Amino acid sequence: MTSFEVKTTEQDGQTQLEIREQAPGVTTWDESTSFSVVGKGVSRLEAFEKVTGRAQYSSDVRLPRQAYAKVLRSPHPHARIRRIDLSAAEAMPGVVAAICKDNIDRIEWYDGSAVFDDPVRLVGDEVAAVAAVSEEIAEDALRAIRVDYEVLPHVTALQRATEPDAPRARLDSESEGNVSGEVKTYERGDPDGGLRQADVVIDEIYTTQAAVHNALEPHGCTASWDGDELTLWDSTQSVFTVRQQVALALGMPEHKVRVIKQHMGGGFGAKQIAWKQDVIAALLSKKAGRPVQLMLDREAENLAVGNRPNSRQRVRLGATRDGTLTAIVADIEQANGAYQTGGEASNVSGTYQTLYKCENVRTVQTPLYTNTGPAVAFRAPGQVEGAWALEQAMDELSLRLRIDPIELRLKNYAETDQSDGDKPLSLPEGLALAYKKVVKAVGWNGRPENPESGRIRKGVGFAAHDWGAGGGSPPGYAWIELNSDGAADVVTGTQDIGTGTRTGLAQVAAEALGLTLEDIAFHLGDTSLGPYSPVSSGSATQATIGPAIQAAAADIQDQLKTVAANAMEISKDRLSVRDGHVLVDGDASRGMSVKQVMQEIAPNTLRAQGARIPNPDDRAIRTFGAQVAEVEVDTETGEVTVTRVYASHEFGRVINPTMVESQVIGAITQGLGFALTEERVIDHDLGIVLNPNLEEYKVPTVLDIPEMIQDPVDVPDLVANPTGAKGIGEPPLVPTAPAIANAITNAIGVRFHDAPVTRERVLEALANRRSLETNANPTTDQEQPA
Amino acid sequence: MSPTPHLPLSLTVNGEDHHLMVEPRRTLLDLLRHDLGLTGAKKVCDMGNCGACTVSLDGRTVYACLTLAVDCEGKQVRTIEGLAQGTELDPVQKAFVEEDAFQCGYCTPGQIMSLRALLDETPDPTDDDIARAVSGNLCRCGAYAHIVRAGRRAVELRKASEVTS
Repeated sequence: MTSFEVKTTEQDGQTQLEIREQAPGVTTWDESTSFSVVGKGVSRLEAFEKVTGRAQYSSDVRLPRQAYAKVLRSPHPHARIRRIDLSAAEAMPGVVAAICKDNIDRIEWYDGSAVFDDPVRLVGDEVAAVAAVSEEIAEDALRAIRVDYEVLPHVTALQRATEPDAPRARLDSESEGNVSGEVKTYERGDPDGGLRQADVVIDEIYTTQAAVHNALEPHGCTASWDGDELTLWDSTQSVFTVRQQVALALGMPEHKVRVIKQHMGGGFGAKQIAWKQDVIAALLSKKAGRPVQLMLDREAENLAVGNRPNSRQRVRLGATRDGTLTAIVADIEQANGAYQTGGEASNVSGTYQTLYKCENVRTVQTPLYTNTGPAVAFRAPGQVEGAWALEQAMDELSLRLRIDPIELRLKNYAETDQSDGDKPLSLPEGLALAYKKVVKAVGWNGRPENPESGRIRKGVGFAAHDWGAGGGSPPGYAWIELNSDGAADVVTGTQDIGTGTRTGLAQVAAEALGLTLEDIAFHLGDTSLGPYSPVSSGSATQATIGPAIQAAAADIQDQLKTVAANAMEISKDRLSVRDGHVLVDGDASRGMSVKQVMQEIAPNTLRAQGARIPNPDDRAIRTFGAQVAEVEVDTETGEVTVTRVYASHEFGRVINPTMVESQVIGAITQGLGFALTEERVIDHDLGIVLNPNLEEYKVPTVLDIPEMIQDPVDVPDLVANPTGAKGIGEPPLVPTAPAIANAITNAIGVRFHDAPVTRERVLEALANRRSLETNANPTTDQEQPA
Repeated sequence: MSPTPHLPLSLTVNGEDHHLMVEPRRTLLDLLRHDLGLTGAKKVCDMGNCGACTVSLDGRTVYACLTLAVDCEGKQVRTIEGLAQGTELDPVQKAFVEEDAFQCGYCTPGQIMSLRALLDETPDPTDDDIARAVSGNLCRCGAYAHIVRAGRRAVELRKASEVTS
């Protein structure tokens, strides 16, 4: 049993339980450890179900008498509701329930709003919902609902929202103008002085677009009541968050709500909180007295359940001639939409504070309300936006100083977390190792000086990143039961959101127990199964839950050795467990299989629990990476083709190299979309989204992808936790877009400050430059935006 | 509003005959997912953008979300559920497992059906053929590079199984 201590933190007075001591017998997997299962590229445990179409996603739940629900959404970006008339919908044959603000109690939801609120504050805000025996009838019923709106002034553009005379997106907000929350200011040293003492100052404005997660499985759930107990099959990144939020909203004890998620068609951050449809489905199901499935359609998915907030960042970098950074200053505005949803913060400021060594840093991040969909964490939230600006500004600085971009970064290499008391990094050489790997893979020999001629221009670009959450943290729990047949049930409350969590953690379990992977039954994704688990976010799951499993397994192994020692009449110290066998040190003839040992005590089983201990107080655990992109720009069509991307990331020990590669190539592919094509487009006069579908919101296809070469640093981070592994889920997305942008600049000599770099923007920039050249004004700075 | 009239429909899905009454506006995708409980084909965009609902209709690949059920009278439909023989996977399915050609797996049934159709028509495809075959199948996890690799691997597996059979 692990010992713990109850602590009250000084800053916020919150009481925390801290498990201080590692469970006895946990061995740190250092460089000398030889592995049977960890480090192998085994197939996903659920691969068979997924390739045969048998994997049951939330959208695939089919229960007897199941009804289907649809949500009526506001067609206006901001409006009061004068009247809603559900009567025609309710009277329709096949309609089993209809709800709106008038026939249910007000249920508080995020940021002071209600599940059905008045006013509505974005196109797509929930107004009413119906359940019917078929999706078609539910659609008919929505059309029969009459709503009388009083349209209010709206603001959807970030820039407009900052202006003093702008309409207020939230009439109920108490803050000034459209500022939606705390303006986060960070400062160290003397940033203004640092800018003054610089030989060169880069001062540029970058913008990033609102990008939509567009996971292929939409948000949604199936709700079913059994008496006063509710079961939700939910497409969520956090079964326990949904349980808590739904129980709170419905005034139920948490144990009366069960949330299940076995398979999920992608989340990318957008499913890390409970959304309104979880409660709406539960209410409709209760009212109808039958199960109700409520899956969002693609339009709602694009409007109302999260997006990466668009940002505007003024970046100033100061440096001396030799490339030493004297100041980093970033003024950031961010459009958070109509509601602050909670979940992981989109911390754009973070990377400015930590990625490079610099004494003088200031970041100011201002979140703003707009009458658009509520922003929510999107894979590496904030970091993707920040890196777009910082890594291009660094590229610009390297051009201005005529210093190699990688040399410039090495010159300003951070070995501590400067934003957190200068704590040494757990693996200070991590980023340098990643630099080294890409330099070698590419054969980097300085940025090529490209001849400015020909229709197709080639370019090469570099970018780096850091990430603060991949080390994981408590709480994290695991239960293990070793059965009498020698196989183990490993139970956690986490979930596999498509990233391979089930498999990666089962590999840790098998290795730590000394069993084969076939002897592990890995359970997750069900609040009724067992221990609490936090949300799957931050790329933290492997490093949060893995060590908890390791701790429980160490306990089991110890118990198993006790039983085996008794059976073999031998000292316990001479025993070890590997690949399903209890081995005797120095006597190969005397071993027993785990099954044989367990038969000795059958029908008894061995049981243990493990908990994640805190990270070390005196070290900062981070993950890192570097990428090089090669592009070709067609100067006649404006088309950018990314031909090759090299990636090296540092995330501790690799548990499963095959799944790691899938994460990295997937992230690069998403980064390519962010760099070149993906953008939620809004008509700001009308306040409506023009491309809420997969026809016009352009995610990359198979024909867009480059050759991708990735080679992880793969050094165990033994300071981080005894598995040595950290997370790789989000980070490889971060450097891709700025690396591509830097490559485009290298190819055609134009800097693109605004993401995405569409063909239109490329052609426009080339045309601008041609007209500048025709005017032949040699003093004009061609690299400034128009 | 009066109830929508239903029409009789007979079709064969994965070798099994079905006789149903359906609304004229019901798509083949909703018929499979709701009336027949075949939830392998997925509803993602419901407007022919993403390919997650790809099935085979009389040997031609179609988007089930753009196909009306009543237009399938007398036709043969094959879905992802009809590919494996018991626990014996089709070579394309095997290749997807071996090459880790998916993460969340939501687009996978559509990708596999598109590739399977390619291999039926073009047993020796180029990489370009493989990419073209799945160019109408979106994958938000970005597994494309592995999907193309799985396409190549499936060709090898099919050839190997032809040699042994």
